[in-house]
Amino acid sequence: MTFIAKPRLHHPTLHTNKVGYTRRDYEGRISTLCAGCGHDSISAAIIQACWELDIEPHRVAKLSGIGCSSKTPDYFLGASHGFNTVHGRMPSVLTGANMANRELLYLGVSGDGDSASIGLGQFANAMRRGVRMAYIVENNGVYGLTKGQFSATADRGSKSKKGVINSDSPVDLVGIALQLGATYVARSFSGDKEQLVPLIKGAMAHGGAAFIDVISPCVTFNNHGGSTKSYDYVRQHNEAVSRIDFMTPGSEITAHYAPGEVVEVEQHDGSVLRLRKLHTDYDPTDRYSAMNYMQSHAALGEVVTGLLYIDPLATDLHTSLNTCAVPLNTLNASQLNPGAKALDKINAGLR
Amino acid sequence: MKRIEAINDFVIKFANVNGSGSASANELFAKAVMRMGVPVSPRNIFPSNIQGMPTWYEARVCEKGYHGRRGGVDMMVAMNPQTWDADIAEIDSGGYLFYDSTRPMPANKFRDDVHTMGVPLTEIANAAYTDPRQRQLFKNIIYVGALSVLLDVEAEVFEALFAEQYKGKERLLESNVQALHLGRNYVKEHMQAPIGIRVRRADNVGDQIFTDGNSAAALGLVYGGATVAAWYPITPSTSIPEAFQKYCEKFRIDPATGQHRFAIVQAEDELASIGMVVGAGWNGARAFTATSGPGVSLMTEFIGLAYFAEIPVTIINVQRGGPSTGMPTRTQQSDLLSCAYASHGDTKHVLLFPQDPHECFTHSAAALDLAERLQTVIFVMTDLDIGMNQRLCKPFVWDDAKEYDRGKVMTAQELEAGKPFGRYRDVDGDGIPWRTLPGTHPSKGAFFTRGTTRNPQAMYSEAGPDYIYNMERLLRKFITATTLVPQPVFRPASEPTRLGVIYYGSTTPAMREALDVLDRNGDHVDAMRLCAFPFPESVSKFIAAHDKVFVVEQNRDAQMRAMLINELDINPSKLVRVLHYDGTPITARFIIRAIHESVQKDVHGGAGHVDQQATSAVHN
Repeated sequence: MTFIAKPRLHHPTLHTNKVGYTRRDYEGRISTLCAGCGHDSISAAIIQACWELDIEPHRVAKLSGIGCSSKTPDYFLGASHGFNTVHGRMPSVLTGANMANRELLYLGVSGDGDSASIGLGQFANAMRRGVRMAYIVENNGVYGLTKGQFSATADRGSKSKKGVINSDSPVDLVGIALQLGATYVARSFSGDKEQLVPLIKGAMAHGGAAFIDVISPCVTFNNHGGSTKSYDYVRQHNEAVSRIDFMTPGSEITAHYAPGEVVEVEQHDGSVLRLRKLHTDYDPTDRYSAMNYMQSHAALGEVVTGLLYIDPLATDLHTSLNTCAVPLNTLNASQLNPGAKALDKINAGLR
Repeated sequence: MKRIEAINDFVIKFANVNGSGSASANELFAKAVMRMGVPVSPRNIFPSNIQGMPTWYEARVCEKGYHGRRGGVDMMVAMNPQTWDADIAEIDSGGYLFYDSTRPMPANKFRDDVHTMGVPLTEIANAAYTDPRQRQLFKNIIYVGALSVLLDVEAEVFEALFAEQYKGKERLLESNVQALHLGRNYVKEHMQAPIGIRVRRADNVGDQIFTDGNSAAALGLVYGGATVAAWYPITPSTSIPEAFQKYCEKFRIDPATGQHRFAIVQAEDELASIGMVVGAGWNGARAFTATSGPGVSLMTEFIGLAYFAEIPVTIINVQRGGPSTGMPTRTQQSDLLSCAYASHGDTKHVLLFPQDPHECFTHSAAALDLAERLQTVIFVMTDLDIGMNQRLCKPFVWDDAKEYDRGKVMTAQELEAGKPFGRYRDVDGDGIPWRTLPGTHPSKGAFFTRGTTRNPQAMYSEAGPDYIYNMERLLRKFITATTLVPQPVFRPASEPTRLGVIYYGSTTPAMREALDVLDRNGDHVDAMRLCAFPFPESVSKFIAAHDKVFVVEQNRDAQMRAMLINELDINPSKLVRVLHYDGTPITARFIIRAIHESVQKDVHGGAGHVDQQATSAVHN
């Protein structure tokens, strides 16, 4: 745990982004998680991604459920409104918030207990509906706040700190997201910032339901031998299918890669994801082969990471519902009620 | 043989088979009587079933305009062989039985003390139509036609109704008129008409409208400015979001772009539907869900969050018979306690009690204002009796000059000007703090909403004084609510009395009738209709001004009585239970008898106060 508060004063030489903010403006309160927690690295990656994306911090709404991971929205984007909801139900609250104001960016942060156990139903249905959001699960396979019980993403055969072997099959949130229609699906590792930051940027810029499962070792309860969510285990078994670079609309493309290994994917807002394919047989625009690839590698004990699937032209729930361009929460009485004359007509029809 | 003679004052009950198309024919009958200027209050009695099970439509014709269920049946339209025996047994002695005489029935299936009228409906329909579906549907219109002659309802009234309903669909219009006259002509040729009960033109309908509470609530939500609806299907509330959708499609689609000024999401369960409403309310949209008791049980955790985090939420609870799945297609007022104190910890919620569809409209619209003004959960406590039955009521009104009350929302300009912001600070003394909406200002007014305890600046805090400050402020807010909610309605007896009666919601029409009769009979009671919880000061005053107060409710455990005792420190012996909870709507007869017996016991018994538990099982 960090006890020393950072000084509030900004160094005059700190870089500002296009909207005039320094990286410090994207930080939040001091984390109260354990020192070395993977979740803090993810918070840092979110800060980095939002700063690089030139998002005004107050235009993000950050929502979470309950658990260690769900506490983290307090530790980044301090100028954004946040909502720590109830256990496993962040997706519905985010959906409602999104319906109310389509102009904000929605960042949902959850954990494996929150999304794969108690909240599996809400997770699945938010993906089905295509709610526009970046949904990050900080996945450590364990309940931290209640001291080390297995969660539903713990692999069969993995060992808890107390020595108990998990006998239940794991829930694979990536597999579920793919199957249920999420249009941006990725997996990453909290210890791999180079991979994670551009994945978050891509998710924030995505036009539909974007999901990132981030393996995030629990240093206190799930970082021992026999755990399949420890730093060592994930480093040894990480099988990255792609590396992506994220480019904002109109930015100059300067990097060079060997032909055949690079796919550039332009999203609906003009941002470009440059995918360096590490496996030539991997096609990130084919939902079904992505599922197949992931599952066959999981059977080999490999944790496949990278951008696993993307539909760059994805639309969202607002498109399906055909809601107006103006946020619903700005409409006033004259725009919403049909008026006294219309009511007289309704009355006349009821006589 | 005795013959019931009554003009403009009788009960006719239609026994049908679910899914046979009888509902619209029965409604047509009720509307025709109303077009004669005579009030009708019909009730659907239906099982939890789609097709094939018995269903009844009980219409009370009452010139005086009493809309409560009367009890007893003067005429039975027995169209369902499955329920024949029970239906026949239900007719009052000297009453009338109308049935399809196409197939002969054995004599022992009839009653000697009931006037029987058989019309070969199937035979007439089969002779006139070849299509099986038409035969079924027009058989219904034929019986309406036959009844119209027997009960002296003018043919022109039906013809006018058909003309309105089938405007532009001339073929349907013609065939309906034809079916009506098939029935009318048969009766004119073969039977003595009219019979002892009949309809006579009057002028007691006026400008009233005839509609159901669920449609009215949906319309109130449209007028009240709800833009986000999230729901999960549950009887008897389902028709609220469906009607909301219908009205939104009519009134809320931008003619230029075709885009919707509303978002309706059918959620995966009630946990998600209330979650969406909480999210939308947090983000500044007017949002609601509609549900019934079991749904409220599932929503309870979120309701606690909305109370504690102070998020505007509107819930329409169309109550049904509980507990558990209970009686899903029957009516009760049995969710008062589960809603008033929903959630763990110390919580209290605002409840509104509409009496009829008119108030379903006004209260639903008002709930959206109250939710934002008070930043909390508002329940509109209707029930199946109001929600799913059409009722004559005052026409809807709306003031075009009215702006929505968005409550204390701090704007970017106010923040920029340096107005101090503390999300959970009571700056105005009414317990209601200021809030900001997400995305308002680049550097001011952001806060972290949570269900954990916090200090007035919305920062996590488990410090005792912070917790107490917050909980006391929430209580203060609840007291403020007593001045904002709809106030009780009083009806004094014609003579001074030490007796009072308290009632609310769908008990109102039966109560209105009961009070008239009690007063006429010398059982004088002052009446107070509760329109909301928390209770305004006038409620304590009313109870204090009487020695004994009846609390009339449609639940087993006298839930409103418990709330009065709990909230106002009333001596329990002062509040007398009058409880009706068998799933049928309470009747004036039941109330009159319960109160009269209690009054007589006091007069003659002199043994002090006795709690009366007059259960519907005995008196129904």
